[in-house]
Amino acid sequence: MNQIVNITIDGIECMAQKGQYIVDAAKDNGIYIPTLCNYPGVKPRGSCRICTVKVNGRLMTACTTPVSENMEIINEDPELADLRKAIIELFFIEGNHFCPACEKSGNCELQALAYRYKIMVPRFPYAFPQRELDASNPKLVKDQNRCILCKRCIRGIHDEKGRTIFAYRRRGTHVEIGVDPKIGKDLSDDLAQKSMDICPVGALLVREKGFDVPIGERKYDKQSIGSDIEEKR
Amino acid sequence: MKKYTQKVLDKYHHDKTRLMDILIEIQSEYGYISSEVITIIAQDLNMSEVDVEQTISFYHFFSMKPTGKFSIYLNNSAVANMMGRNEVAAAFEKETGIKFGETTPDGLIGLYETSCIGMNDQEPAAIINNRIFTKLTAFRVKEIIRDIKEGKEIEKMFSASFGDGANRNALVKSVVSNNIRKIGPILDPDYKVGEAIKKIIKMTPEEVIAEVKHSNIRGRGGAGFPTGLKWEFCRNAEGEKKYIFCNADEGEPGTFKDRVILTELPRLLFEGMVVAGYAVGASEGILYLRYEYKYLENYLEDILKAAREKNYLGKNIMGKNGFNFDIRIQFGAGAYVCGEESALIESAEGKRGEPRDRPPFPVEKGYLEMPTVVNNVETLCSVVKVILNGGDWYRSFGTADSTGTKLLSISGDCRNPGVYEVAWGFSVNDILEMVGKSGNVQAVQVGGPSGSLIGPDEFNRTLGYEDLATGGSLIIFGEHRDLLEDVVLNFMEFFIEESCGSCSTCRILPTVLKQKLEKILNARGIAQDIADIENWGKFLKASRCGLGQTAANPLLTSIKNFRHLYEEKLQTAKEYDTGFDLSAAVKDACEVTHRIPNI
Ligand SMILES: Cc1cc2nc3c(=O)[nH]c(=O)nc-3n(C[C@H](O)[C@H](O)[C@H](O)COP(=O)(O)O)c2cc1C
Ligand code: SF4
Ligand code: SF4
Ligand code: FES
Repeated sequence: MNQIVNITIDGIECMAQKGQYIVDAAKDNGIYIPTLCNYPGVKPRGSCRICTVKVNGRLMTACTTPVSENMEIINEDPELADLRKAIIELFFIEGNHFCPACEKSGNCELQALAYRYKIMVPRFPYAFPQRELDASNPKLVKDQNRCILCKRCIRGIHDEKGRTIFAYRRRGTHVEIGVDPKIGKDLSDDLAQKSMDICPVGALLVREKGFDVPIGERKYDKQSIGSDIEEKR
Repeated sequence: MKKYTQKVLDKYHHDKTRLMDILIEIQSEYGYISSEVITIIAQDLNMSEVDVEQTISFYHFFSMKPTGKFSIYLNNSAVANMMGRNEVAAAFEKETGIKFGETTPDGLIGLYETSCIGMNDQEPAAIINNRIFTKLTAFRVKEIIRDIKEGKEIEKMFSASFGDGANRNALVKSVVSNNIRKIGPILDPDYKVGEAIKKIIKMTPEEVIAEVKHSNIRGRGGAGFPTGLKWEFCRNAEGEKKYIFCNADEGEPGTFKDRVILTELPRLLFEGMVVAGYAVGASEGILYLRYEYKYLENYLEDILKAAREKNYLGKNIMGKNGFNFDIRIQFGAGAYVCGEESALIESAEGKRGEPRDRPPFPVEKGYLEMPTVVNNVETLCSVVKVILNGGDWYRSFGTADSTGTKLLSISGDCRNPGVYEVAWGFSVNDILEMVGKSGNVQAVQVGGPSGSLIGPDEFNRTLGYEDLATGGSLIIFGEHRDLLEDVVLNFMEFFIEESCGSCSTCRILPTVLKQKLEKILNARGIAQDIADIENWGKFLKASRCGLGQTAANPLLTSIKNFRHLYEEKLQTAKEYDTGFDLSAAVKDACEVTHRIPNI
């Protein structure tokens, strides 16, 4: 039984299904809340913080917070806009993102968000970390320079026994993604492609394949991220 | 190694949620967890190897490389530094011939740094093979290293006398001192075990909760959530099984009062867990104990055993039909963030100690998805006294909003560091008088690094939820201390070290902010840098848990209360400075090419 609850987003009255996450409810109502670590069909894990909204005045992540009756949500105000911009900038300074040389350029959600938020140059100084490129897997290349540690690969990719193929390693500023040396070796083509698709950036790439679609003709080259949702309003 | 690993896996019934215990046993046995062992564990528990590794690599006291037959973990908290840690650290390096982070070539000794180990009242302190060594000096370090090299057993390496009270117990035998300086109703040694249990079994669980609510007691772990309400939520939540967790992770630098309770009044604590279990309808209690307090393990287990024999724990407790409750100890493995209640639960389930997204809250969906209460050590002890003497009695202490008494952990520049039990409503000035200040006090850090650094013009403020809320840590800094260098910088390093790394904000920003501070300390700062810290620090509020949300507090509260210290260091003539040091950057290249930089 689907129960309907009434909520407002930026003062707009919306209807949503009880228990639905705020991002999904907003989407159904033609309102785009930016996301990065969220992925359809995968259990949410509020780690990128980009979907932060104000719920009854408190900062909450829209991808993990279920709607409830009479919830008042603010998705757009100067403070949130600045916060989201800052978060995108933080990702750019944390890693090494050389977009023009990246296979994911144009399909990358981070790059697309940077365009949407009109980021020219980050306010924070670049960290220029030493990061590794791991090409030991026969199917995939993992480039830690581009990883934003969203955990989509960890949460979304499992082998037939339900084991994770990707995992975090260490903690804090030292966190990186590990690819399982054993079960990762027998990755099927299908799962390798799935891994690449689930990665919002160019950190996981299928080997020996690339630039099938020329840069300039890719998803976000043509259309701003989120505009498909907003068109439905 | 294979056989032993298999034995450990059997012991924990090949249960993936007991991975922490499995790893702890292997780490203690071999001093590290080898890739061979990881393969066995992964296969046995139907996990991938990277999955096992992601738990291992999260915790400070797990290692995938040998850590030395004697692994020495020297505390690096601000107070340890104030008490002469640098000299001690240098002595360790000199005597062993290795640097921190290394092991000796023969594999005998490993030297490591570690965050606050809960001994701020007796620094510098270190942990060596799960034993605590306090008040270290360069001389003592020489003795210790000599003893190790001579092959002495760790138990025989202590100097003549043990600490006070139960630290002398045959199962503890530790040089740690309790330093109890002021006793109130909670620390009162005149306590008879079991009286509260006898009382509650004649009450309904609802009546117990009502009494706790009436006392108005709020959580003592820092967040201050009303305890009775928490219990009621959990009691009313649906679940086949319910759990009581006692949070004994005590990781906030400067806090050590839970250590003292665990040493002197463990029976009181366990009774509090039983009371909570009865009220909530839980059948299992878990004491999540920080690994740093491993030296108390045998002692605590022995007390639990005695409690079972007396039927304070077990089936049909004290003759009450159907009232079953038992307690087990779950150790952490070195991660401050595991003190956050949902991270603590994750850790107890054998995973990385990453806080969960809330809602759902632990009272709805906690340990193994079941309704769970997490309470601080002191909260659970206080509740026993509430039951024994009534909510009205409890309310006669403290203020209207902050009822009862609070245990304070006081350290730093004062004559009598230690634990003080005072009624809420005490002012900072009262406290300074109580502890015997030595010289002029420049600042007090209230509530640990996540709290605030205040100066003399705020010493008339009072402790309590309505003014200065605190988990109980107060660190006093005399006028000779360099607050920015010795305190703020150290605290920022602590947060950077202890972030779980899952939120973008908390993983990245504190480092950016610390670099700003360093730029100012290096005399390269400009006015804009202070403004940047203030503006950027706000973004941390969007982090998932309290660690990230408060990680800029050392900077923000010190800028607010000690702005002059920052301003003194700024370059006044400059409006722009990247902080980039060109001559330093080209130094190596110049040396190689024998050129002199023309800048
Ligand atoms: C980073 C972090 C560390 C914490 N560490 C502790 C701790 O060591 N002990 C504790 O009791 N509470 C700690 N807390 C608070 C717990 O999340 C929780 O609020 C508390 O255990 C609840 O018990 P109480 O209601 O009895 O205070 C911590 C919170 C955060 C965010
Ligand atoms: S590899 Fe890609 S999907 Fe995985 S955490 Fe990094 S950015 Fe996310
Ligand atoms: S705020 Fe920091 S410690 Fe807390 S969940 Fe986020 S990254 Fe982890
Ligand atoms: S999309 Fe919600 S936190 Fe990342």
